[in-house]
Order: sequence, then structure tokens, then C-alpha cells
Amino acid sequence: MTWGVIAGCAIVTALIKGSGPFALGGRPLPARITGIVLLLAPALLAALVVTQTLAHGRHLEVGANTAGVAVAAIAAWRRASILVVVGLAAVVTAGLRAL
Amino acid sequence: MTADAVPDPARDAGAGAGAQRERSWRAGLAAGVPYGIATGVVAVSFGVLAREAGFSAVAAIVMSAVVFAGSAQFTAVSIIASGGSGVAAVAAAALMNSRFLPMGVALAPSLPGGRWRRAAQGQGVVDSSWAMAGRGDGTFDRWFLFGSTAPQYAGWLGGTILGALAGPVLGNPKDIGLDAVYPAFFVALLIAELRRPGAPPVALVGALIALALIPFTPAGVPVLAASVAALAGIRRPVAVAATTTQEDLA
Repeated sequence: MTWGVIAGCAIVTALIKGSGPFALGGRPLPARITGIVLLLAPALLAALVVTQTLAHGRHLEVGANTAGVAVAAIAAWRRASILVVVGLAAVVTAGLRAL
Repeated sequence: MTADAVPDPARDAGAGAGAQRERSWRAGLAAGVPYGIATGVVAVSFGVLAREAGFSAVAAIVMSAVVFAGSAQFTAVSIIASGGSGVAAVAAAALMNSRFLPMGVALAPSLPGGRWRRAAQGQGVVDSSWAMAGRGDGTFDRWFLFGSTAPQYAGWLGGTILGALAGPVLGNPKDIGLDAVYPAFFVALLIAELRRPGAPPVALVGALIALALIPFTPAGVPVLAASVAALAGIRRPVAVAATTTQEDLA
């Protein structure tokens, strides 16, 4: 089953990443669509952060990692490097768990 | 030269375009290296998780090499670990990756060449490179995108190798806070996006949509559904200059 899952994941990922560029291209998107495109990143990234920080399966849970990510957010807001941001997240999370 | 590249008389195609491509690639590499290191840390925890889920070290490493989609791999392996079927694991991975559909649609006009060549270039998208390669006018710098993806691929593969082989020695990734690294990675990307006009309310609505759906839908659906928040952009039309592929004239 392992190899079937790996092959399946590889195929669906390639199809999903390739389908937009396959179907479209060659000319700029209409101005209104471009307006939407520019706002896709904040919408998708905010949703990713929320799900990765708070979702455990279908349950919402606040844990040590939530605090770690919150500290990381402050560091990122203050324009810290990505390595400082992720390092702080790990240290704060591990520290809280060790208490 | 590509059929869809629009010549820009103000810019000399040739050496200038080649140099521009080189600059973009290098700038992308430089921007991607810190993300590659962070990705490597996340990949260590993926390697450990995959072994715990019953994957051999070789299988875990091959998965990272051929799938190269962190959130989808974590989702699939978690489902296997909790006794789910292979079909369920692949379906969840597909849902988790579904956010790459709108990203690919956004990127498409910035890619030269025919359908298959564009589809091949689309494989170079990861969240951070896609977000960083956006020029802020709806177009993308594709060589910046490839450049920033390259170190992240290396980090993802290298970290998986380390985690898969040394996992049992490292112990529980949660003890050293590795489960906070991946979301923190996305927080950094999100905050960079929030500095753009109109972005904060859209991010808030996207987050609320995801929060509301988490209890009711399979993993991946909340993130895909959050893209609806971007529809607010229809009221902020952005005209894109037709010179976006000038670097491809060489």
C-alpha cells in the first residue's frame, strides 16, 4: 500500500500543479481576475496557518504550539528572518511543553 | 523566443533578457535558502512521522523526492498512521494540494511555451516561492520562482533523509517543538502578504472560513474554501502591463 500511496500522491500533486498552467496562459488575466489573484495568497496562507495551528483532525485545540506560532507571528511582523521566526516557534513550543 | 512573449521595444531582447533571467534566478536562490533550511527542519519531522506510520526509510525518502508537497505528505502519512485506507490518504493529499489550483491559474499567464511546457513549469510551485515570486501586479517572475524553489527541494529531500534514517535517535519531534515549525513558516509568508493593500480583511475572512469548516469537512477543504475570500479582489481590478514575459525573449 505504501508505494501505491506514494505513486497516487505524486500523480495527483503533478496534475493539480500542472492543470492551471496547462489550461491557461499566453495572455494576461482580465483585470478583475488579477484583483482576485492578488488576494489569493493572504486568503490561502491565513487558512493554512489556522488549520495547522489549531486543527487536530476535526477538533480545534489550543496547545503549546499555538503559543509558539503566536510568538513567531510577532517576530515576523518585526521583520525577523525566517530562520529566527521558525526557531522561536520551536523553542517557545518546546519550552512550554517542558514546563 | 516564445509565441506568447510580447516584444517590448524599449528593452533590447538578447543579452539583456538573459542577464535579467540570471538575476531573477540568483535573487530567487538567495531568498529561497532560509526557507530551504526551515523546510529541512520540517522535513526531519516528516521523515520521523513516516517511519512511525510504517513507511520504510527508502519509501519516506522517495515520497519526498517525487511528491514534494509538505502539507499533502503530512496529511497522507497521518491518515495511514491512524489506520486509514490508501485511497483516503491520496484523496486527502489531493484536497490538501487543491490550493495549488488557484495558484496555478494565477501563475499561468506568466509562463511561456505550450501547454505541456507550462504544465511542467507549474511543478516548480511551492507556497513560499509562489508568494515571493509575485510582482505585486498579478504577474510572476518565473525564474525567481524556480530559484527560490530549488533550495527548498534540497532542504525537503535532505531533511527527510535525516529524519527517516536518524528518526529513532531523535525521539519525539514534538518534544523539540518541531510541530510549530511548519505553521510558523506559513506565518512568515502570511505577514509579508498582509503588508499589501486590501490583504488584511481578506486574510481575516479566509481564516474565519477555515475555522468554521474544520469541524465539518476533511482536511484540505477548509483551506481551499478560504480562497473564496479573495473574491473581494473583484472590486480592485488590476490592469497588467503586457510586457510580463520580456525576460523570455532571449
